[in-house]
Amino acid sequence: MGKIRTPYLLLLPGFGFLFTFFILPIINLAQTSTQTPVGGGDTGQYEQTLRFSNYVDAFVENKEQFGRSFVYALIATLLALAIAYPLAYAIAFKGGKLKNFMLVLVIAPFFTSFLLRTVAWKQILGEEGFVVPTLRNLGIISDSTTLTSSAFAVVMGMTYNFLPFMTLPLYASIDRIDPRTLEASGDLYANGFTTFRRVTLPLSMPGVVAGTLLTFIPAAGDYVNAAILGSPNTKMIGNVIESRYFKIVDYPTAAALSFTLMAVILILVTVYVRKAGTEELV
Amino acid sequence: MSHKIKDATIPHIPTGARISRWIGRNLIRIYAVVAFTYLFIPVAYTFAFSFNDSGKSNLIWKGFTFDNWKNPCGAPEVCSALANSIKIGFLATLFSTILGTMIAFAIGRYSFKGRSTSNLMIFLPMATPEIVLGASLLSLFLVFKINPGFWPTVIAHVVFCISFVVVTVKARIASLDPRLEQAAMDLYANERETFRRVTLPLVAPGIAGAALLAFSLSFDDFIITNFNSGTLTTFPKFVYTSAARGIPAQANVIGSAMFFLALAIVITGQIVGRKRKVSA
Repeated sequence: MGKIRTPYLLLLPGFGFLFTFFILPIINLAQTSTQTPVGGGDTGQYEQTLRFSNYVDAFVENKEQFGRSFVYALIATLLALAIAYPLAYAIAFKGGKLKNFMLVLVIAPFFTSFLLRTVAWKQILGEEGFVVPTLRNLGIISDSTTLTSSAFAVVMGMTYNFLPFMTLPLYASIDRIDPRTLEASGDLYANGFTTFRRVTLPLSMPGVVAGTLLTFIPAAGDYVNAAILGSPNTKMIGNVIESRYFKIVDYPTAAALSFTLMAVILILVTVYVRKAGTEELV
Repeated sequence: MSHKIKDATIPHIPTGARISRWIGRNLIRIYAVVAFTYLFIPVAYTFAFSFNDSGKSNLIWKGFTFDNWKNPCGAPEVCSALANSIKIGFLATLFSTILGTMIAFAIGRYSFKGRSTSNLMIFLPMATPEIVLGASLLSLFLVFKINPGFWPTVIAHVVFCISFVVVTVKARIASLDPRLEQAAMDLYANERETFRRVTLPLVAPGIAGAALLAFSLSFDDFIITNFNSGTLTTFPKFVYTSAARGIPAQANVIGSAMFFLALAIVITGQIVGRKRKVSA
């Protein structure tokens, strides 16, 4: 039996595929990012150079959108964590017979296209929806305040859309906690808060790390929420990359921006995972 | 409720603590209800507006009708977009489940040189924002003069689905009791028989779950699709492009129908799974 060969044979097709359609494109992206427009050529004509100033130009031109992407993504991640943690806790410890059904409910909104749900939020929070008139009648917001086309709406949309990505890994790690450890903590005269801080939270850290990553990464690169729920003042880096590709046909800048986004995220993720001390991620 | 009885039978807890405990317990239940309501508000809205007698733009409530449900393909392009999404989702699920399951077995079952690199290779696509995946693949296709369209979209979907399949199937493999396979070997099953009769059936629910996950990820994907599909319209793309001029109510019909269909599949799957467990 070729026992030593078996794992490699199993890996070969999948990794061959990933190499061709994931690694090669990233290398190609790196090349594209230093290209220069062909002098006197049509739009969209570029030649291979090593023009690293593309990165500087792209960053300086769009540093606002970069900053916004990471700030929005961070706020959305923290909000999603705050909303999802008690929910995951409720399912894991109080779910009882309904546990599996509640898990299905967490994933269920996925099946209605997330774009339909985002558009639904736009209409619910919009001028024709019921939320804005109600808040105005109650005097909570002024007549000129709107909820859509704002940073609030974009962050809210992202929080909503990535909530299941946060809830599921949290649930997985909270569910693994032996309830007896919590009882033991109580027996040792820890109050509810101390038990949570010293026992539950540390034991659920793998879920917190996985959930925050699965929320933060797509949120930082997202442009759908900003496009549907935002305004020109809430443009994120995803919106810039998208329009550089499709509207302006400026591939080198788009590639430089994409590459920078990926690099920043990878650095943040590495630092975060090291700090959180969770090595086994996947 | 059973927990009340349990509380009442524990004698040494003082009444005050018992009451606060009871509130504490129910507070989190109440919270769960509120959180689920939040999750389902837009789903309910989408469902409600699938009955709107709205004409072209489905923005304001104009009256109740079943017409949209009777004629879900009534709006131009809705059904062809849906058909494309289903075809792409099916192919992407098939390929990513096969490739991903093989990788999961390699990483989950063997210790070999390069195992941690393999884990990294699975983690990287998940740590890459969709827009970078989509944009980089489009650049590659453009270099090789491949026009964006159906197959490029399928390939792009397989790229981001594989990692999720690997993670899901690997978790299932890790939770297997090794004694079951040892028992099969003790009963003179050879390696292949053990795999086919013991290992594979035990991992099967994980593979099924991974396939379902892959399909829903593919079906709902917009960003990567938008980069690699060219003029081909998928269902999410249809919603995005028509969002500006108003989405026809038929899109709400399809979104709601998909929701109930998927819910039915998942719940049936769980009931079947439970029955099997009971009979086994």
